[in-house]
Amino acid sequence: MEDIKNILSEIESSDFDKASDEEKKSAVRERPSTTFFKDGLRRLSKNPLALISFVLIVLVTLAAVIIPFVWPYSYDAMLGNVPGKSMDMSYNNLAPFEYSRSEQLRMDQGEQVFPHIFGTDASGRDYFIRVIYGTRISLTVGFFASLIVLIIGLIVGSVSGYFGGKVDLFVMRIVDIIYSLPDMLMVILLSAVLKESLGLWIQGTVLESIGSNMISLFLVFGLLYWVSMARLIRGQILALKEQEYVLAARVAGAKGSWIIRKHLIPNCMSVIFISVALQIPSAIFTESYLSFIGLGVNAPMPSLGSLCSDALNGISSYPYRLVIPALVISVIVLSLNLFGDGLRDAFDPKLQK
Amino acid sequence: MADRKMNATPLVEIRNLKKYFEINEGFFKTKQLRAVDDVSFEIMTGETLGLVGESGCGKSTLGRTLLKLYEPTAGEILFEGKAVKGKKELEQFRKKATMVFQDPYSSLNPRMTVADIIAEPLTVQGYFTDEEQKKKRVRQLMDMVGLNTEHAARYAHEFSGGQRQRIGIARALAVNPEFIVCDEPVSALDVSIQAQVINQFDELKKTLGLTYLFISHDLLVVRHISDRIAVMYLGRLVEIGPADEIYDHPIHPYTRSLIKAVPIPDPDRAAADKEEGLKGDIPSPLDVPTGCVFRTRCPYAKDECAANMPELTDRGGGHLCACILK
Repeated sequence: MEDIKNILSEIESSDFDKASDEEKKSAVRERPSTTFFKDGLRRLSKNPLALISFVLIVLVTLAAVIIPFVWPYSYDAMLGNVPGKSMDMSYNNLAPFEYSRSEQLRMDQGEQVFPHIFGTDASGRDYFIRVIYGTRISLTVGFFASLIVLIIGLIVGSVSGYFGGKVDLFVMRIVDIIYSLPDMLMVILLSAVLKESLGLWIQGTVLESIGSNMISLFLVFGLLYWVSMARLIRGQILALKEQEYVLAARVAGAKGSWIIRKHLIPNCMSVIFISVALQIPSAIFTESYLSFIGLGVNAPMPSLGSLCSDALNGISSYPYRLVIPALVISVIVLSLNLFGDGLRDAFDPKLQK
Repeated sequence: MADRKMNATPLVEIRNLKKYFEINEGFFKTKQLRAVDDVSFEIMTGETLGLVGESGCGKSTLGRTLLKLYEPTAGEILFEGKAVKGKKELEQFRKKATMVFQDPYSSLNPRMTVADIIAEPLTVQGYFTDEEQKKKRVRQLMDMVGLNTEHAARYAHEFSGGQRQRIGIARALAVNPEFIVCDEPVSALDVSIQAQVINQFDELKKTLGLTYLFISHDLLVVRHISDRIAVMYLGRLVEIGPADEIYDHPIHPYTRSLIKAVPIPDPDRAAADKEEGLKGDIPSPLDVPTGCVFRTRCPYAKDECAANMPELTDRGGGHLCACILK
C-alpha cells in the first residue's frame, strides 16, 4: 500500500500533458537520406575480397606514379655507360641486391649506394624502375583505353537506344560487322599499319614523346572495343526508356538530350561503372600481349609485356626477370577483375538480395 | 458532382483519333495492332471525363496519344479549339496539358530527389531563372498535395505508394496546367489510400479549375470523380454520357456487363443477382472481329452485327451509344 502511494506521489498531472511540437521533434530521428551510391558503397565495404583488391590497385597505382620521382635510377640509363669513361660491363645482368665493381669500390670507401632490388638487365638498367615504369604504362593504357571505349560506347549506345528505329538498325549493323571481325587479327594489323603511317604524322609534335605505338594502341581500342560497351548501354537504355518517368519528362516537354543525360545515363551508371572496371584489365592484357609480340610501346620505354618478352632471351639464367613483370600483370588484372566483380555485386540491382 | 459549373466550350477535342502499332511478325512481315480506332470526343473546360474499359482496350494508349506522346496514325487533337500540330503548338500544349501516371514506382526517377522531380517541368520549360524562386514554387506544390516540405531532399524510394503518387501529382501541377490526363492514378494503391488520392484530385480540381481525363478500370472510382463517362472496348468508343446516366441506365451490353461486374458489398443482394457476367476473353487487338467489335462476346449479337460497326448515336441527354439495341 505504501509503495503504491509512493509511486502515485511521483506522478504529476503535467506528465499527461500533450507533447509540444518541440518535444515531438526531438523524438523524430532524422536520418540522412541514403542514395543509391551510398547504399552500394555500404554493400561494397562488406566484401573483403573487393576491398583488398581495391587497396592493391591503389597501392600499385600510387607506386607507379610516385616511385619514378624519388628513385635514384632512371628507366633508360645504362648505368655502366658513363660519358668519358670506358663501358663498365660489371653493371650488366646484376642479380637482385648485387653491386657492380665500381659500386662495390664506393661502398668500401664508406659511401651509401642504393641497391638494385631486382638487379639490372642486359644493358645495365635498374630492373626495378623498369618494372615500375612498365606498370605505369600498362595502367595508363588500361585507363585511357577504357575511357575512350566508354566515351564512344556511351554516345553511340545511348543515341542508338534512345532514338531506336532506323538509327538503331544502322548503328547496330555497324556494331555487328566490327563484332564479327577477329579482334586480335585486327589489332595486330591495325597496329602494324598505324605504326608506319603515324610515325611520319606525329614527327615534331608533343605526341612524338608518347610514341606512335602507344597512339596506335589507343586508336585500335577506340576503333574496335567500343562495340560491346555500345551494345550494353543500348540494351540498358532500351529497357529504361519505357519507364514512366521518361514519359513524364516527355510530357513536360523535355528534349532527347535532356532525357538521356538526366534520366537514362544516371540510371545505367552502375552497369557502366562495372563494365569499365572490367574493361581496364582486358585493355591491360591486350597491351601486354601486343608489347610482347613487339607491337606495343617503343623502346626504350618499357611495358610489362615488353619486359616479359625481353626476359625470354635469358630465361634459363635470369628467370625472375620474366616472373616479376608477369606477376605484376597478374596482380593488376586479377585485382581489377575481383574489384569489378565486387562492384557488380554491390551495384547491380538484379543481384541484390 | 453534377452541381459543378461547366463551361460549354470544349477544352480538348479529339476527332477520329487512330493509333495503330506495327507489330513485327517475322522477317519483313508486319501486322497492325489497332490500339485506338477512330475515337472522337470532347472534354469541356472544368469537366472530368472518366474513361473505362478492361485491360488492353487501349485506354492508356488513347491517353498517351492525346498528349502526343505517341504520334497518332490519323485524326486530330484540338486544344482550346486549335489543332495541336507543329512545334510551336506542341510547345504551348506541353505547358497546359500534363499527365499523372499509373505506377508510382516507375514514374519517379530513382536517382533524383523529390525537389528535382517536381521541378523538372519547370526546369525543362525554363520557367524560373532564379533558383530560390524555383525552390519556393516546389515547396508550394508539395504543400498543395499534402507532402511534408522538409522531405524535398529525399529520394523517391523513401516514400510510400500514396506519397509517391502525390509527388507525381505535384510534378503534373508544376507548370500550372489546365488539363491533366490521369492514367489509372490510383489502381496501384491501397483502397484507403485510393480514397485520399481521389479526394486530393477532387480538391485540386475545385481550387485550380482543372480539367481531367480520368482513365481507370474501376467503375466506382470513375463514377465518384467523373462528370461524364466514356466506355472503350478494343480500341473503340462504345458508349459515352453523363456519369449517372451511364451508371443507372447503361445501353450498350458491354457497359451493362461492366457495371454488373462491380462487386456488390452485400451477399444477399449478390446472390439474388442471377444475370451472368461477361464470358470469355477480350479478342486480340491484332484480330479484331468484323462488324461490331463486341459481337463475339455479346449476349444479344445478331447476324447484322457482323456487317458494320454501329455508329455512336444520340440516345438523349448527351448519352451516345454504338449499338443496334434501343
